[in-house]
Amino acid sequence: MKKNKRYSIFSLLRNARNYHENWAEAWRSPEPKPSYDAIIVGGGGHGLATAYYLAKEHGITNVALVEKGPIGLGNTGRNTTVIRSNYLWDESAAIYELSLKLFEGLSQDLNFNVMLSQRGLISIGHNQHDMREIRRRVNAIRLNGIDSEMLSMAELRELVPILNLSPNSRYPVIGGSIQRRGGIARHDAVAWGYARAADDRGVDILQHTEVTGFRIQGGRVEGVETNRGFIAAPKIGVAVAGHSSVLAEKAGFRLPIESHPLQALVSEPLKPIFHTVIMSATVHVYLNQSDRGELVMGAGIDAFNSYAQRGSPMILEDMLAAAVELFPIFSRVKMMRQWGGIVDICPDASPIIGKTPVAGLYFNCGWGTGGFKSIPGSGFVFAHTIAQGEPHEIAAPFALDRFTSGALIDEHGAAGVAH
Amino acid sequence: MLHIECPYCGPRDEIEFSCGGEAHIARPSEPEALSDAEWADYLFMRANPKGALAERWCHGLGCRRWFNVERDTVSHEILRTYKMGEPRGGGSGGAGA
Ligand SMILES: Cc1cc2nc3c(=O)[nH]c(=O)nc-3n(C[C@H](O)[C@H](O)[C@H](O)COP(=O)(O)OP(=O)(O)OC[C@H]3O[C@@H](n4cnc5c(N)ncnc54)[C@H](O)[C@@H]3O)c2cc1C
Ligand SMILES: [Zn+2]
Repeated sequence: MKKNKRYSIFSLLRNARNYHENWAEAWRSPEPKPSYDAIIVGGGGHGLATAYYLAKEHGITNVALVEKGPIGLGNTGRNTTVIRSNYLWDESAAIYELSLKLFEGLSQDLNFNVMLSQRGLISIGHNQHDMREIRRRVNAIRLNGIDSEMLSMAELRELVPILNLSPNSRYPVIGGSIQRRGGIARHDAVAWGYARAADDRGVDILQHTEVTGFRIQGGRVEGVETNRGFIAAPKIGVAVAGHSSVLAEKAGFRLPIESHPLQALVSEPLKPIFHTVIMSATVHVYLNQSDRGELVMGAGIDAFNSYAQRGSPMILEDMLAAAVELFPIFSRVKMMRQWGGIVDICPDASPIIGKTPVAGLYFNCGWGTGGFKSIPGSGFVFAHTIAQGEPHEIAAPFALDRFTSGALIDEHGAAGVAH
Repeated sequence: MLHIECPYCGPRDEIEFSCGGEAHIARPSEPEALSDAEWADYLFMRANPKGALAERWCHGLGCRRWFNVERDTVSHEILRTYKMGEPRGGGSGGAGA
């Protein structure tokens, strides 16, 4: 096994000389040890970030990350990569802003270019109610010290000349807001960067290792059963998104989560035509143009529960109708690919982070349609929660027991759209 | 799009229906006797199986009646549709499941 070398302009030049055939592998593929100090289940962004921060912030390096397939091919590799921290409630603002701040230094921290592009994220309004809601949010967000501004029609026109601002459109645009620090990043790079950096600090990344059950004695977890045998650990963190209910059932408790398909699609590549992210809650669409020139668009969820990673065409049809209404110029663009992911929806549209009824077993789930942006922050507070055995203060409001106490964090309509 | 057999109108396209989530959740008969944890279970905790699920659908653009569907959440195959009040077959869903 070759050493995981630092990436730099020099390593790039060195490897260019060999036609890029001698790059060291980015992470090892070790055999599982019989036991670890901690196991993280789920090799999406949340699990990988958690493993990284366990090693980096808490010195817990004897860690296994267990993933049933290859890492990063769940929702993390399927999402439309919108990043923002303009959430309504203080609890959400705290965690999403922590995440955005970490994102801002992530490429340096991981020595891996996650291609963060803070190109600005625009929300548009189509009626008086939308505008009142947008203004309320802008004010609430600013009170939390997070950047957010109202946009006039003139500013909108200047930022996105191709946006249909005609008063005659079916749902005319009448204003909007912007978070200038919002934007997009490269989803695979986030997964791979965390994996490589975690591996570098000693974490064993075990791909093709599926958790099939938990060993629980006297209410305390002792390890996981997998297709590669039993692996022991006193602390286990689970971050499996759409499969959270399935694993909770194996551990003997219920979650307030339903799994739904969420779809996205990309067009053929175009020359640069717009450089922000645009979302509309009312007509339900969000889109941006990737660095490769493709239009990346996200649709809504199917209303029924599903574990099939595909959504219904009628959902796409609605979304495309909205996209073409807002951007008539795209009406003849060809769509190349479409796919779905299984998102874990909570009744209050906020995540669940922390303890479970089983001692030593922690869950991080319920990010639903919007948990790409939160990967760094979520991993940071979840690692703390697992290491200390007590919730990080930013994670505390997101405990599972909020459904018993009634202290819900209602972020429905925070985005208004699924992303 | 699913093809759903309404027990009153026969087979129709999914677009005529809306999904109401898990079926057979009975409202507690003695609400005042419930603990907070029991309330949480009734209000928020949901069967979310990978496999057969009993769920409610409403034929909003047809007879406008509610009925139950047993559906596989992986293949989306509809295993059975039946009227409200008729006994459930298989599929998770409902209190205690
Ligand atoms: C189409 C779409 C668009 C989206 N757009 C956005 C967006 O624009 N912005 C945003 O912030 N969020 C977005 N999201 C949401 C975001 O993708 C997710 O919230 C986030 O990626 C969840 O990350 P995760 O690590 O929790 O889950 P995942 O990336 O799904 O990883 C979970 C992993 O657990 C593994 N696993 C499951 N069961 C087991 C088992 N038994 N044993 C071992 N491993 C197991 C899976 O194989 C998977 O790799 C979108 C989602 C979708 C589907
Ligand atoms: Zn009917």
